Amino acid sequence: MHPAPSVIFFTVFSGIGFGLLAWLGTGNPGMNGMVAFVFYFLGYAFAVGGLLASVFHLANKKNAIKSFSQWRTSWLSREAVLAVITLLTVAPYAIGRIFLDTTWDILGLIGSALAVVTVFSTSMIYTQLKTVPRWNNGFTPILFLLYMVTGGALFAGQVTAATYLLIALGILQVLAWRDGDSRTVNNQTDMGTATGLGSIGKVRQYEAPHTGKNYLLKEMVYQVARKHVLKLRLIAFLTAFLLPVLALTAFADSPHIGGAAAILLHLIGAVTSRWLFFAEARHAVANYYGK
Amino acid sequence: MTTLPTQTDKKLGLVIDLDTCVGCHGCVTSCKGWNTQNYGAPLSDKDAYGDPSGTFLNRVHSYEVKPEEGPAQTVHFPRSCLHCEDAPCVTVCPTGASYKREEDGIVLVNEADCMGCGLCAWACPYGARELDQIAGVMKKCTLCVDRIYNENLPEEDRIPACVRTCPAGARHFGDFSDPDSDVSKLVAERGGMDLMPELGTKPVNKYLPPRPKDTLDCSQSLEPVATEATGFLGWLDKALEKL
Repeated sequence: MHPAPSVIFFTVFSGIGFGLLAWLGTGNPGMNGMVAFVFYFLGYAFAVGGLLASVFHLANKKNAIKSFSQWRTSWLSREAVLAVITLLTVAPYAIGRIFLDTTWDILGLIGSALAVVTVFSTSMIYTQLKTVPRWNNGFTPILFLLYMVTGGALFAGQVTAATYLLIALGILQVLAWRDGDSRTVNNQTDMGTATGLGSIGKVRQYEAPHTGKNYLLKEMVYQVARKHVLKLRLIAFLTAFLLPVLALTAFADSPHIGGAAAILLHLIGAVTSRWLFFAEARHAVANYYGK
Repeated sequence: MTTLPTQTDKKLGLVIDLDTCVGCHGCVTSCKGWNTQNYGAPLSDKDAYGDPSGTFLNRVHSYEVKPEEGPAQTVHFPRSCLHCEDAPCVTVCPTGASYKREEDGIVLVNEADCMGCGLCAWACPYGARELDQIAGVMKKCTLCVDRIYNENLPEEDRIPACVRTCPAGARHFGDFSDPDSDVSKLVAERGGMDLMPELGTKPVNKYLPPRPKDTLDCSQSLEPVATEATGFLGWLDKALEKL
């Protein structure tokens, strides 16, 4: 699949934003006043910034408002609706903590739960697609939610939680890569089932329908990643998980330095891994083109 | 609403005969022509004299199929929307632009509602949907909904443009919900098949597989009459062996 920068930015940063808001809603950290403002500003900037980025990849932006209408069937619509509900629920809680020095615990927890459900629906946009075996399984929502909680923990300064979450996420990401590889290889959909000619014999395309590029090839038959997959996975693993854990433990005495280094590294790794999530994914339509 | 109808009154669709198709791309051209001049945004082309690309609702691949035994055969394969009964492209649509009609089962896009997110194209395994790069809305086969019910056209033209134009008679249009319709009979007689049935989309359009090839009967052929060379060639054979 084509790794559109706007969609990578959207999923990574709105995930981290909602993750930070979720941590704040549970009272971790529980400061009020100006400090709370800085945390909430970051949380909203990432969540809203990510959502705005997702609008940039729309070809017909004027109809974006209509995406709130089909929540009965569409995960993309559910995600849009839930994101707005979450941001509106978190707002009064944040105002209480910033300006009124009051903490409405229950409201905070409701906001956190909604943030989790929002990111879950983001992940379901991809998980629901039977056309992409690498996405169409339980690893996708688990990974999205773990990236959300881990990124949130790093920004919320939850050093101990972040360390354990980074380790868990690192293990899960490796398992997901391996699982995705076997799903792509052992996929029962191939050129034979795509054309219905597989029962006769081995099928090979000898002439494509068009000599130039088209939307399908550009959007769904992205092949660049396959060459450097292992190197990119190694970079993602080092920067997203291993080095942040080392930074957090090595600078245990000065958590601000360790935290800043861990955040920076984790962001690079998370973006790399999300780029791979799209770029590595093979769509069923590639079978028609033999790619 | 992007909920799929539980049942449609009719199931309009196409039968594509892979035995008959000659790969002329006539259906591609007539489809592009009709759908550029009629319903909805025209199917645009970009950079026609450089690195051309454009929107098409129908594309023809050419494949070689090699059986275990015997020679390979070539099959031309037109690919377009199959108007699936369980169309995944419809339910993923966030704006309500995509829908499946209850009266005849045609899957359509209401361009006034489409925001061009492309998720329906991701959900379709058949590559039937293309986002028009100039209009910014999703385009797909309409089964020529503006022809088949159009009383301003002569009756013989009230079929999809691709079917009307096919010079080989490889494309047929009809109602699959009627077991006595021509298309239903063709599918029953020729073993019409679904594409990627494992993905559970329940396509309405069916493909007729190529008819089995006849095989050469070798039992009646003559035995070889001379296995050993004689005369000059026999001498040459022996001389070369000795070298």
